[in-house]
Amino acid sequence: MSRRDRVTIALMLGIPLLLEATFIWFPAIATIGLSFTKWTGVGSVHMKACSSTPSVPGIPQPGCLYGVENYHQVFTNYPDFWPAVEHNAIWLAVFILIATPLGMLFAVIIDRGIKGSRIYQSILFLPVMLSLALIGIIWELIYSPNYGLINTVIGRNQDSNLIDWLGNPHLNLWALLVEASWRQAGYVMVLYLAGLKSVDPTLREAALVDGATGVQTFWRVVFPAMRPINIVVLVVTVIESLRAFDLVYITSGGNPLHGLELLSVAVTQNIVGETQRIGFGSTLGVVLLVISLVPISIFLYQAFRREESHE
Amino acid sequence: MPDDSAQSPSLPLSRRSALKGMAGLAAAAAVPTSLLAACSSSSKTSNANAGSATGPVTFGSNYSDPATKAAFASLTTAATAKTNVKVTVNTVDHDTFQNNISNYLQGTPDSLATWFAGYRLQFFAAQNLLTPIDDVWDKIGGNFNDAAKSLSKGIDGHYYMVPLYNYPWVVFYNKSVFAAKGYTIPTTWDDFMALVKKMKADGLVPLAFAEKDGWPALGTFDILNLRINGYDYHMNLMQHKVPYTDPGVAAVFNQWREVMPYMQNGANGRIWQDSAKLLENKQAGMMFQGSNQVAANYSAANLPDLDFFPYPAINPDFGQDYMDAPADGFMIPKKGKNQAAAKAILEYIGSADAETDFLKTDHWDVGLASGLVAPSYNDIQKKSAIEIAKCKNVSQFGDRDTVPDMATALEKLIQTFIDSPTAATIASIQKSAEDQAKTIFNT
Repeated sequence: MSRRDRVTIALMLGIPLLLEATFIWFPAIATIGLSFTKWTGVGSVHMKACSSTPSVPGIPQPGCLYGVENYHQVFTNYPDFWPAVEHNAIWLAVFILIATPLGMLFAVIIDRGIKGSRIYQSILFLPVMLSLALIGIIWELIYSPNYGLINTVIGRNQDSNLIDWLGNPHLNLWALLVEASWRQAGYVMVLYLAGLKSVDPTLREAALVDGATGVQTFWRVVFPAMRPINIVVLVVTVIESLRAFDLVYITSGGNPLHGLELLSVAVTQNIVGETQRIGFGSTLGVVLLVISLVPISIFLYQAFRREESHE
Repeated sequence: MPDDSAQSPSLPLSRRSALKGMAGLAAAAAVPTSLLAACSSSSKTSNANAGSATGPVTFGSNYSDPATKAAFASLTTAATAKTNVKVTVNTVDHDTFQNNISNYLQGTPDSLATWFAGYRLQFFAAQNLLTPIDDVWDKIGGNFNDAAKSLSKGIDGHYYMVPLYNYPWVVFYNKSVFAAKGYTIPTTWDDFMALVKKMKADGLVPLAFAEKDGWPALGTFDILNLRINGYDYHMNLMQHKVPYTDPGVAAVFNQWREVMPYMQNGANGRIWQDSAKLLENKQAGMMFQGSNQVAANYSAANLPDLDFFPYPAINPDFGQDYMDAPADGFMIPKKGKNQAAAKAILEYIGSADAETDFLKTDHWDVGLASGLVAPSYNDIQKKSAIEIAKCKNVSQFGDRDTVPDMATALEKLIQTFIDSPTAATIASIQKSAEDQAKTIFNT
């Protein structure tokens, strides 16, 4: 390698590494550090235990070290935490079992070149192009109890019989999952369509010649051939479930709405706002980080192992 | 790459704060006594920011709605004419302003800023982020009564705010509906219950009610607590000097259970504007909310039909002595520039003239200066001023009288109660409220 090459490599590796360290690793480590403190964001954090810092009831102490007390509170006292974990899990299950297979189904049907496939494709892809904030507002109009589309059409907008789609804690998560799946299915469809187009058509022809039915061709030939795309879709699905946030935030207007607790929303509610519990919010962030690391590690392990075996 | 996007819901928000936090940790490590240092340097800071008495000032405003923005502009124009201080208004969206207040006050705030009275003022004053304005109050003190004075003070007893207006939380109704059906104004709980039953029989929604925004139902909690247990108890509860497991709190929710079947269904999913619309359309008989919302939301054509009465008495010991009447006003951030000029502006704003000027285009709030009856007042405003003045004490509001984290926790528990108003729910939300209060108030 010439000197020039070495400089080029150093720059090409060094700059991304520096950016990565500055904007990802440093804040992540800082978040972990802050999760052991109690801090409102006013003034600085002092290297003193909170128990030895003077306190006036109702007025926040200056930033101080809090040990694992935040973690203790998250797991035992904070009423939003366990519902949030449950709702994130439900979100993931619905995406994996309903939204993603639905998107795959759309893709397969459209890929068969049915009449008007471009129109269907555009319609199904439209929600993906809208921002989640806009989707939240659109569905708000559909779900609104007295003046919303659904209740008006089915005649359940009277005080005695109305259905409270977004307020009822047994309904609102499912109502939001319909919104989220509406978008997720279109997203998966596009990813999958691209994958289907890249499958070698001779594979299908060979299967057809061998007398396989359409279903058999898909499951036995096309699906296994699309392994890389399948993994991407699975990763996207897991990520989208863990980062579920926008729709809930828009729907509940930044306020806590019972039945819609999610980990990401809990983090925001504690860290952003008029008064901030940054230590406590960081603790929730760390918990979310640890949960996110599980699928990421599995994915990276799989990806690297495959690359090594190819060599 | 995947880890980046997987974390993105939480981290961009915590990143910013985390960076600050790291800077804070580093600073703290280098200067272990920075708290003391900050205290001793703060007096110097305010001197350094004193500036000239006529220097230009900037005014951070959350009056972002067109109507209030216009009213605010006419107030600052009048202030400039009176004091020769040039005022530049920086308007920020209401919610954004509130959510960023902590960073705003610590960064480069304006010379003056809009804010709320009560605990929400004390919270920031106690953290040394505001300039005390006792010297302003030496001059304007005569314009205000004791209630207005006490809500402008921090817990250290110094003044930190000049209030502008407040508005009452009362029961609104349409005069035409009451006249047509022969309803009379209830003053006791029994009359009130008889009325809601009659309304229900007449096919009306007796009490329009919405809680999706989180805060409106706190108003009902406040008024029931004030009526049943009185002002002192309410304030002690808000400051967690009384535990949430106290039987007094159970009494509030039990009273609420009685009237719950007559309140609009599905409140948790409804924004308050929809409830106000129901009242305006005469499909609802009454609505308990602030005039700043209900009256402000009424169309000009229907406004003359709107009237209100104070929430009926429950415990004869307290009658109708108290109500929520939240006040808004102005403060001087400690880091703001040209504080002498800012104080001159506040001296003007703390006068009946200034309030009259502001209220020219505002038809739902009332000025706080003693005995002020602005010529522009409509019937609602005239009555508001009278009813507020009649009170022995006014509280600010659930989310203004307590730590915001506690208000949020309480809002959520009240939503649980609305969803299933049973004795078992009451017991469980009392326990949860107390558990959370203990960590939030650190007792």
